[in-house]
Amino acid sequence: MLDGQSSTTLVLEADRISKSFGAVPVLFSVSMGIRAGEVHALIGENGAGKSTLMKILSGFHTPTSGRILFDGEEAILPPDGGAERLGIVLIHQELNLAEQMTVEENIYLGRELTRNGVLDRETMRSKVRGYLDDIGLDISTSARISDLSIAEKQMVEIVKAISRNARVLIMDEPTAVLTEAETALFFRQVEKLKKTGVAVVFVSHKLSEVKQIADRITILRDGQWIGTKDADALSPDAMAQMMVGRELSDLYPPMHEVDVDAELVLEVRNLYSSSVRDVSFDLRKGEILGFSGLIGAGRTAVFEAICGLAPIESGQVFFEGRETRFASVAAARDAGVAYLTKDRKAKGLLLDKQMRPNLTLFALPKFVRRFGIDTKAEDKAMARAIRRFDIRARDPKINVGDMSGGNQQKLLLAKIMETDPQVVIIDEPTRGIDVGTKQQVYHFIAALAAEGVSVVVISSEMPEVIGVSHRVVVMRDGQVMGVLTGDDINENEIVRYAAGLKREGRG
Amino acid sequence: MTVLANSSLGKGKRMSFDIKTAGPAIALILLCIIGFLLNPAFLSEGNLTNLLTRSAFIGIIAVGATFVITAGGIDLSVGSMAAAIAGVMIIIMNSAVETLGPGLATVLLGCGCSIVLGIGAGWINGMLTTKGKIEAFIVTLGTMGIYRSLVTYFADGGTLSLDFAIRGTYRPVYYGSFLGLPIPVWVFIVVAVLGWFLLNRTAFGRYCTAIGSNEAVAKYSAIKVDRVKTMTYVIQGLCVSLATIIYVPRLGSASSSTGVLWELEAIAAVIIGGTVLKGGYGRIGGTILGALILTTIGNILNFTDLISNYLNGTMQGLIIIIAVWLQRGDWGKAKAKTN
Ligand SMILES: Nc1ncnc2c1ncn2[C@@H]1O[C@H](COP(=O)(O)OP(=O)(O)OP(=O)(O)O)[C@@H](O)[C@H]1O
Ligand SMILES: [Mg+2]
Repeated sequence: MLDGQSSTTLVLEADRISKSFGAVPVLFSVSMGIRAGEVHALIGENGAGKSTLMKILSGFHTPTSGRILFDGEEAILPPDGGAERLGIVLIHQELNLAEQMTVEENIYLGRELTRNGVLDRETMRSKVRGYLDDIGLDISTSARISDLSIAEKQMVEIVKAISRNARVLIMDEPTAVLTEAETALFFRQVEKLKKTGVAVVFVSHKLSEVKQIADRITILRDGQWIGTKDADALSPDAMAQMMVGRELSDLYPPMHEVDVDAELVLEVRNLYSSSVRDVSFDLRKGEILGFSGLIGAGRTAVFEAICGLAPIESGQVFFEGRETRFASVAAARDAGVAYLTKDRKAKGLLLDKQMRPNLTLFALPKFVRRFGIDTKAEDKAMARAIRRFDIRARDPKINVGDMSGGNQQKLLLAKIMETDPQVVIIDEPTRGIDVGTKQQVYHFIAALAAEGVSVVVISSEMPEVIGVSHRVVVMRDGQVMGVLTGDDINENEIVRYAAGLKREGRG
Repeated sequence: MTVLANSSLGKGKRMSFDIKTAGPAIALILLCIIGFLLNPAFLSEGNLTNLLTRSAFIGIIAVGATFVITAGGIDLSVGSMAAAIAGVMIIIMNSAVETLGPGLATVLLGCGCSIVLGIGAGWINGMLTTKGKIEAFIVTLGTMGIYRSLVTYFADGGTLSLDFAIRGTYRPVYYGSFLGLPIPVWVFIVVAVLGWFLLNRTAFGRYCTAIGSNEAVAKYSAIKVDRVKTMTYVIQGLCVSLATIIYVPRLGSASSSTGVLWELEAIAAVIIGGTVLKGGYGRIGGTILGALILTTIGNILNFTDLISNYLNGTMQGLIIIIAVWLQRGDWGKAKAKTN
């Protein structure tokens, strides 16, 4: 359908776009051209303005100045997703699915197929089934969105976009919640789309992934356009450097060895709960324990059970040597165990509130003086957290939902740390965080451990688990497949355990 | 390199925010001006105290409703609850006259019962919604029917009247005044101040807001969601019992028509005041203004022949819709900025 020449024509172009929210400038004269049949990656630090630019290119925001060219002609894109009719589809960073409706209903939302004025459910169902099979997504077409995992929701969004016959498909951090296997499947779809001439634009903080799939890369820093380069011409290191504007030292901090006879803070024995079967492990004081495995392996479920978020069916939990069963999250918190959720939008932060009430919500009893809340202490805590975690919000009174994803993540981390826990469980610590901040988070985790705090890192990013952990527990289907130490902590071993090819002898 | 709050934006935001919070106050002032223009007697001391006393019932109940609604719930049972409590109070006091006499002891017994019943009824609503996991709308729709039929049953379809001997002792609670203000107004003021403090200055208030804003986040933030939600219904029940205590001496009776539609007036006061119906944002100050606005409308209509008194409901309905429409405009703007 398309010849070689048209692959250099620009379908959609941002021409010297600037954007301010109120008086706060976010983008400064940014230009970006998108060609048909290319995969164009957009990278930059948290808050660089990537999501904002994507929203402008799809009509969700109007630029303060500058032009948008569609098929070479100046265009004013219809607002609120109306650009979909022109073939410009945006998948938001924060997913946009109707939670109470089914997969099928969501995919056809707003353009339902009808026959004689009645919904043609048969055709819709079989089409959706086809799309799902194509992308390798094993869920029912009548599954409710609220029952799906985040990764599955993300995949449904992608299917929805694909099914809209997009000419320009813009995706804001589509792979942030996907495992490597899912990402691979997803990339296969992207390649397919690309062959049919669709322009794919995506934002990602996973630079190796960008290198692998992108044809061209645009880099933003602090709202400024830094450059657009052929992907072949950039190594991930070079990308990182352009993003941050300085040379990055080692991503992972030097490992501080754990005392072999450091006391055990947490011992879990034969734990059973929903989707957790017979899980046992130990955690020492000052240790960083990685939890690896595929999404759905039950890692989150283990810790939700331990922290009183889900019922324990059987098994024992010893905290600081004493058998304990936290009846509530509050009990766990008071004992010094804190869990940081991976789902920061739905379970982590109050998006319609400002930073301060969010920061202190988890540790609120600490801020109570004689019945009332001590707002001065809250302010102090806020200032401290902004410094300690380098939270950047151009307007401190902004609603958390309007902050960039990475800064939300830092705020969430700050919120959990407000209680000064002895054991912190961080589920996907760097989801949606830029490299520079990742480095900060890893160093922060290492520093915590050096101070004697025990940290559990649940992560689907293999290099991350390998880079920060003293030991790694690999789970599969709700069970512990093995515990890796020392030189055994490498991708090969982890994959073999996670895929069920290998299992430690039990005794 | 990024940070730095922009002061001009901050100011702009605060200004627009002020207009929004000031909305109910402006509306009330406008109503008072209209009232005065229609009939200068509107601003007479007698009428103003009357107005404040009348708004005390709905106002006190609405303070409780602010908690329930802020935490994402709803309580439709308050009107029938008030009627049922009033009925039981009267029965208990009447039968206590013989043993305790028509003095203070009997009245105190009645008030004590009212409080216990209010707290108990609220607790039942709360437990059914949280532990029973039934929508608040359904639960309170059910208890609303139950309480209403209970008064009818107690009164045997007629009216329960307070023993005349007790009325004399109890009378001052509604008709008496202290430092020039009627007792019901004092109760209203105390409830409002306590409610304001509880919602805006305590951890409990913060928890209510958090739960209404996003229950899952609240749960993951170590908030005992069920307990806090139940507490909001208990507070609501307590407010209903206080309102009933000052209501009973007014007429000295209770029947199946006592407290009819109070739930809607209370909810309307809350919403006019700027509290968001789906939860997550509550304003006690606004609620109080809302209650005053509703009473003022009725009062003005009493004062003028321009509009029939029978159109009271129409005027109230219009005000509610306009108030919410104005708020919606604001929320719409906020939405457009998001995403
Ligand atoms: N609706 C809004 N109102 C005010 N400020 C906003 C709004 N949306 C975004 N911003 C601000 O614009 C800046 C850029 O945000 P944006 O979401 O585009 O960053 P990003 O590059 O996508 O970051 P991340 O990688 O963390 O997702 C941030 O400082 C953010 O706080
Ligand atoms: Mg973003």
